[in-house]
Amino acid sequence: MEIFKKTNFDFLGMKWPFIVASLVLSVAGLSSIALKGGLRYGIDFKQGTQMTVKWDGVPPEDKIRTALSRKIGSEVSVQPFTDVAAKNEVVIGSERMSEQQTNVARKAMQDTLEATFGQPQSGKLDFNNTGANELTDHLTVPLQQAGQQLSDQQLHQLVADLLSYRNTPPRSGLVHSFDDLASVPGVNSAIINVLKSQCYLAPFAILQVQMVGPKVGAELRTKALLATLYALGGMLVYIAFRFEWIYGVAAVVACFHDTIITIGLFSIFGKEITLTVIAALLTLVGYSMNDTIVIFDRIRENLKLLRREPLESVINKSVNQTLSRTVMTSGLTFLTVIALFLFGGAVLHGFSFALVVGIIIGTYSSVFVASPIVLFWHNYTDSRKRMAPVAAPAPKPLPTARKSSTKVGK
Amino acid sequence: MRKNLTGRTVVIILTILVCIFGIIGFPKSKADLMDNLRRHIRLGLDLKGGSHLVLQVQVQDAVKTEADQAIERIKDEMRKQNVDYAAIDRNDPTTVEDADKIEITVKGVPLAKTSAFRSLVTERFAAWTLTPVNTTDYRLNMRPSELVTLKRDTVERSIQTISNRINQLGLTEPTVQQYGQSGTDYEILVELPGVDDPARVRDIMQTTAQLEIDDVKDPAGYPSREAALAQKGGVLPLNTKLVQMAPRGDRGEGWYLVSKTPVVRGTDMRNARASQGEMRAWETDFTLSPDAGKRFGRYTEQNIGNKLAVVEDKQVVSVATIESRIEDSGRITNIGSEQEASDLALVLRAGALPASIVFLSEDSVGPSLGADSIHAGIVAGLAGLAAVIVVMLVYYKRSGVNAVLALLLNTVILMAALSYFKAVLTLPGIAGVILTIGMAVDSNVLIFERIREELRAGKAIVSAVDAGFSKAWWTIVDTHVTTVVSCAFLFIFGEGPVRGFAVTLTIGLLANVFTAVFVSKAIFDYELSGGRQLRELSI
Repeated sequence: MEIFKKTNFDFLGMKWPFIVASLVLSVAGLSSIALKGGLRYGIDFKQGTQMTVKWDGVPPEDKIRTALSRKIGSEVSVQPFTDVAAKNEVVIGSERMSEQQTNVARKAMQDTLEATFGQPQSGKLDFNNTGANELTDHLTVPLQQAGQQLSDQQLHQLVADLLSYRNTPPRSGLVHSFDDLASVPGVNSAIINVLKSQCYLAPFAILQVQMVGPKVGAELRTKALLATLYALGGMLVYIAFRFEWIYGVAAVVACFHDTIITIGLFSIFGKEITLTVIAALLTLVGYSMNDTIVIFDRIRENLKLLRREPLESVINKSVNQTLSRTVMTSGLTFLTVIALFLFGGAVLHGFSFALVVGIIIGTYSSVFVASPIVLFWHNYTDSRKRMAPVAAPAPKPLPTARKSSTKVGK
Repeated sequence: MRKNLTGRTVVIILTILVCIFGIIGFPKSKADLMDNLRRHIRLGLDLKGGSHLVLQVQVQDAVKTEADQAIERIKDEMRKQNVDYAAIDRNDPTTVEDADKIEITVKGVPLAKTSAFRSLVTERFAAWTLTPVNTTDYRLNMRPSELVTLKRDTVERSIQTISNRINQLGLTEPTVQQYGQSGTDYEILVELPGVDDPARVRDIMQTTAQLEIDDVKDPAGYPSREAALAQKGGVLPLNTKLVQMAPRGDRGEGWYLVSKTPVVRGTDMRNARASQGEMRAWETDFTLSPDAGKRFGRYTEQNIGNKLAVVEDKQVVSVATIESRIEDSGRITNIGSEQEASDLALVLRAGALPASIVFLSEDSVGPSLGADSIHAGIVAGLAGLAAVIVVMLVYYKRSGVNAVLALLLNTVILMAALSYFKAVLTLPGIAGVILTIGMAVDSNVLIFERIREELRAGKAIVSAVDAGFSKAWWTIVDTHVTTVVSCAFLFIFGEGPVRGFAVTLTIGLLANVFTAVFVSKAIFDYELSGGRQLRELSI
């Protein structure tokens, strides 16, 4: 099967609408960032405390907010987690200045949730938010009293099974009723009765806690940014060495273009930039770079074969020759990423969003951003050369003019 | 090249075997298989749940303790040599950065005793430099070299203590190590895979267990800090401090004035355990080291009838009256629950932290979120892989099989490399895997499209395949080297997740050069070799 047999699209002839589109997208993204007062960083790049909590049913946002702001102060934010995969989850955040305060806020959040929605005063254990050690400690004696003679090993196994039942989807950390536990291996009605007498089920489960002090957040941001810039610089040098420096510049500009548009879209859709999103951005830089190099490689090869043709038609030819592979590769990578976007779950959502966007833009930037830059530069240097000797006879059509300026790679 | 097909086949099969062994070992049963898999493919905290903590050792605490001890010894020496003084005190640096500013001031040394005092300090307190402020007052500063050693020791001892405490919790494969710039950051990284109760572990780690038993100066105590200060005329007497009662149950706020220099320190404890005392209330029993025991014995003998306060992390846990001489053991009563009593015993056994710690950052992923992530990740990965395989087979027919084999082998090599290097697979690592798969697909597509072009140009099958591979080769080299170069920079300058991405991607790319070029070419050559004369290449 072949889709593109022998195409001959005039890609560079169509460049202007696309360049305008790129500019519009970049400007839209940048102005969205400016209007919203900067990017929305995830907690890992900021400072403060953030807790992701899953609720049994629709989270009582107002009640949570009132309870917490009484305890921690007004700067508590309670937001529903906007994601298809994550139902009934809220993100509770508090952005505080000092390390001391973030630590206090973290403890206060958990305690307040327990106090408001759980029954800590009953002396019972919250089954939905406990660990194996505590549960074992709590059950040992009551189980014996209830006539359940279990060896230490059996007890540990029982506790491990109970918790693993609680943790696996569809419960995902939240058991609704003790009677549901009947399907856990080794559980009988006597054990369920002991659980009922010793534990209670809070209507929430804490899924994730992140706490970032001011020092760490700033440090991470600078380091990630610097590493990316150095990596781009390294790629520029290598491409400059293998091709010509303008190719390196063009490839890096294309990568910047992709990153800016993707980040802009994050801002427009109000998504958070987290550490995982940074990993996705690195991936898209790698992907876009790969795509650009494949086309550049073909240009280099064709320059050797088609010495008499103008650069524009060489580039067009190269893009056409690689079109089939570009579509195949992008299409296939897109399939993997779409799978990740659809089935990858809440944690991977921002990550796969960046990749879905990034692959489309990365593919198109190789053709409509990187290649035109090389062309513009060569046209510019050629026209300067032609302008210089005024007395010289007017150059014949384009062909010979370009040759002198194009170093042919190895 | 075609002749050496046997040699190449051997290399490929050996690689596959080594990789499969790396991933699953020699399993004897199905349980064995799962177990090996879990052991070899180590998942990061973000995937399987657990806590990632960065904490900072408040080294100024250790410096202050050192100064306090120096003050006690200076007083002793001065008493022995009959040198009078009006006051000896130290300043109170509160941040890590200020630790170096520690300073002891000695006031009111009589002029006649100046030389005796000077020689006393220079001979006995080599760690300190003496500077006269005026004729009777002096300032002592700690030598920079001593400060460096002291702070480094403090961090090392903190790491030791925290490791001890965590080990007693029975967690699997915890990491406790120095973090950041040694000598200026005083940071410790703690990773606790699979911990399901992060709040409790935090508490256990953070308790300095700077347990001290202090002499209570005013047995009655005060209702508030202000009341205490008011009664003392706004200034605390020398060598005393105010400490608050630990909030517990319905006990109201209360403050005690206690001696600044403790009678017994946490470091004097030798053993501790939880037990139930009268009225089945929980308490923690402790035993003192022989030296401290003698000291404590002497002290209690002289102070019968006085009160002692047990102060844990700057809060009074309990106050008791000395009824008789206590030799080498004691108990801390008034503890809320069994959990608290045994946690206190645990930290006493594991040793006190030489300084308090502050958490700079925490990322705790609950076990259910981890389970969700793995589940979703596997579903997404399989769905993506299946889609790629179907499209490759439809589009490139028989040759698509080559690509699929190369792709699968690439994934196997990548997993095996992660297992052999003991690398950890995290979410950013998965990003690296996705890019690897993308580039692996790309390499195959590049080669196939090139072969198609050559075939269209009218070349014979064998030479079209050869030309396709050799022409695509330099493109593959360029794309791969560029990416590896960027990975090198990411690894050198990046941190944590960025590094994980770089490592997986580099391994994946190296594997890809092997599978997409070497392995795929070998399969083509095998198909084109022997007596078979292919009329048409299925591509």
